[in-house]
Amino acid sequence: MLDDRHGDAFVAFEHVQKSYDGQTLVVKDLNLSIGKGEFLTMLGPSGSGKTTCLMMLAGFETATHGEIKLAGRPINQVPPHKRGIGMVFQNYALFPHMTVGENLSFPLEVRGMAKAERESRIARALDMVQMGKFASRRPAQLSGGQQQRIALARALVFDPELVLMDEPLGALDKQLREHMQFEIKHLHERLGITVVYVTHDQGEALTMSDRVAVFNDGRIQQLAPPADLYERPDNSFVAQFIGENNKLPGTIEELSGDKALVRLKTGELIDATPVNVTAKGQQTLVSIRPERVEFKPEMMPPGAHMIGAEVCDVIYMGDILRARLKVAGSGDFVMKMRNTIGQTRLEPGQQIRIGWHPADARALDPV
Amino acid sequence: MANALDPHAAIATTAGGLTDGALRTADGRPLVRALARSQALARRRAFLLVLPLLAFVLITFVIPIGQMLQRSFYNDGFSDHMPQLSQWFAENPRGAEPDEAAWTALATDLQASAEARTIGIVGTRINYDVPGTRSLFTSTGRQVRRGIEPPYQAALMEINEDWGDPRLWSAMREASNPVTGNFYLAAVDRKRGEDGSIQQVEERQQVYVMLFMRTFWLSLLITFITFVLGFPIAHLLATLPMRKSNLLMILVLLPFWTSLLVRTTSWMVLLQQQGVINDILVWLGVIGGGGRLQMIYNQTGTIIAMTHILLPFMILPLYSVMRTINPSYVRAARSLGATSWTAFRRVYFPQTLPGLGAGALLVFILAVGYYITPALVGGSSGQLISNMIAMHMTDTLNWSMAAALAALLLGAVLLLYWVYDRMVGIDNLKLG
Repeated sequence: MLDDRHGDAFVAFEHVQKSYDGQTLVVKDLNLSIGKGEFLTMLGPSGSGKTTCLMMLAGFETATHGEIKLAGRPINQVPPHKRGIGMVFQNYALFPHMTVGENLSFPLEVRGMAKAERESRIARALDMVQMGKFASRRPAQLSGGQQQRIALARALVFDPELVLMDEPLGALDKQLREHMQFEIKHLHERLGITVVYVTHDQGEALTMSDRVAVFNDGRIQQLAPPADLYERPDNSFVAQFIGENNKLPGTIEELSGDKALVRLKTGELIDATPVNVTAKGQQTLVSIRPERVEFKPEMMPPGAHMIGAEVCDVIYMGDILRARLKVAGSGDFVMKMRNTIGQTRLEPGQQIRIGWHPADARALDPV
Repeated sequence: MANALDPHAAIATTAGGLTDGALRTADGRPLVRALARSQALARRRAFLLVLPLLAFVLITFVIPIGQMLQRSFYNDGFSDHMPQLSQWFAENPRGAEPDEAAWTALATDLQASAEARTIGIVGTRINYDVPGTRSLFTSTGRQVRRGIEPPYQAALMEINEDWGDPRLWSAMREASNPVTGNFYLAAVDRKRGEDGSIQQVEERQQVYVMLFMRTFWLSLLITFITFVLGFPIAHLLATLPMRKSNLLMILVLLPFWTSLLVRTTSWMVLLQQQGVINDILVWLGVIGGGGRLQMIYNQTGTIIAMTHILLPFMILPLYSVMRTINPSYVRAARSLGATSWTAFRRVYFPQTLPGLGAGALLVFILAVGYYITPALVGGSSGQLISNMIAMHMTDTLNWSMAAALAALLLGAVLLLYWVYDRMVGIDNLKLG
């Protein structure tokens, strides 16, 4: 899974394995290179190994096997304080017995920086997160969002080239979270730093990242830019983990180049793009995004297959209408329709025929 | 205000139409009073709930201690039973030679007191100041009961020449006033001379100041040792996985669950000159057979045993504070460029201070008042001020002296507490 940037990778994991108990591997043969200035997100459910990877990069865990390189230099033996990596923790980890100013001064003091230089840097870092007036406050006197900003400023005040963020927005409410996402992204672009961001929130991953590494079971399932991840998932796990997804199990009836015909259990035929199926007769799981499902024949490409569906219910969600359909004997098929003026209003019990562009349906491995 | 007339809307939100500007309820009563009334019932109920405890504390703690402390400055053992002589002392200034009137008063009082069989109390009181005088009073009392003729000076001098001792008269003058600071003077190795001036007692009788110093010094030392020993253990307890830390916690609490006698006996077995530790040291050749260490029945014994018993009081508050310190603080410090020592010194340690303060205060205050352990393993050089208080309570029966010493101890501890509050702040204290 090494990509083309491997040559000038800023951060590189090479065949990294990690085990805590000597029985099971939490991280299994991880290969990942991160380019300079990249915003890379490690996304995955809890226990998938993403935080362990971050901790190994920060130096709080040691790799059981393999090499981690920072700017071409192996860092397995380098203690955390010599790695020069900024880190934002999930609970912010602002030192409660110090003021905001002292918190920001800490990394500069341990680097032996002169007082005048320290003060100008602290002021600059606080201005950067719009917290200039709060230098004399204690962390406990700040709101969650403000603490978040201070944690960010502290991780950036000593000009690290690499900043790690461990679910930094997890404790904020939705609105603040979205605002901070924007700000972090903005800082990243302005400062040109490399960011490795860990989250389990796919929305966060999609909106902020240059590339997303989807973790599951100690492995990277897919490493791709957000749009690719959403529209061209490599396997069923990624398809289901990212966004809403309909899945239709079946067997490959015909396979020719980039086209596949899949026969569902109920005997109907559907179109799909083969992704990781190789032969006729194979079991497969076809994945289709709800917003790519069509029920008007005139919107379908010529020759596309359509199958029958029964409308179970329609939920009005404001910007969209969300219809739950009974397709191929199972009632959890979802179709999303834009709420436009001329939109057809479906009624529960109505019989319709649905279809999709073959490129939008992906025949993946069966799970 | 649509609901202003609604009787259920007890509290109005605005102060409309008022002359004094105070907020009022909808029916015009001042808001403050309405609030007090609405809370009065809850407060009364809460008070009733704590009343039994309050009574218990009052009866078993506050009153006895108050009475005890009163004895430190109020002793009517002499003045109550020798009224005429006390009267003479009140009328004649210090330095006045006892005239026949004084002797008459003394003889009359002695006679009356001997009749009433209170002469022992009087003797005991004077005995505090002039040792050996109790028998003078009781034996004289016996003879006086049989009858005594004037001139009383000659008669009493005939019974015992000691009646002419100016020290005795000075002591009786001091005792004639029930309110006295003399016990406090004695507690700091001072006394009143015959002319009433405050002077130091003879060098070989100076014990209390030295004992106070020793008590505070040893308590400080023990506090420091418990900190040095307890801090790593508390840290281990707070960071180990639950199962292991529970086991360790049992070991920490073991001294609490062991009988004092068993614990002390084991110290004796371990520490005495023919004990286990000395045997091992000799066997290892660290010391020669003739140079066996004296580790018990002296200060060393007191320090070792008290450190052992007080260690949990340091560990528990530290542990409870350390457990709440998120490991990400140290990690953050490390990622910001601090070495592990700097991260400990500047980030971890300051956050343990509330627990350290609580533990140190607890250990110190307990150590200052410790009595039984020094009594058992302290020998003579390991005795603390509490042992002296106990001696006055049970052996010399000079309760006033015991009370004065205890009051000084209490005052010193309160003073330290106050200093601690000013320096660290009592709200920075976490006892558990």
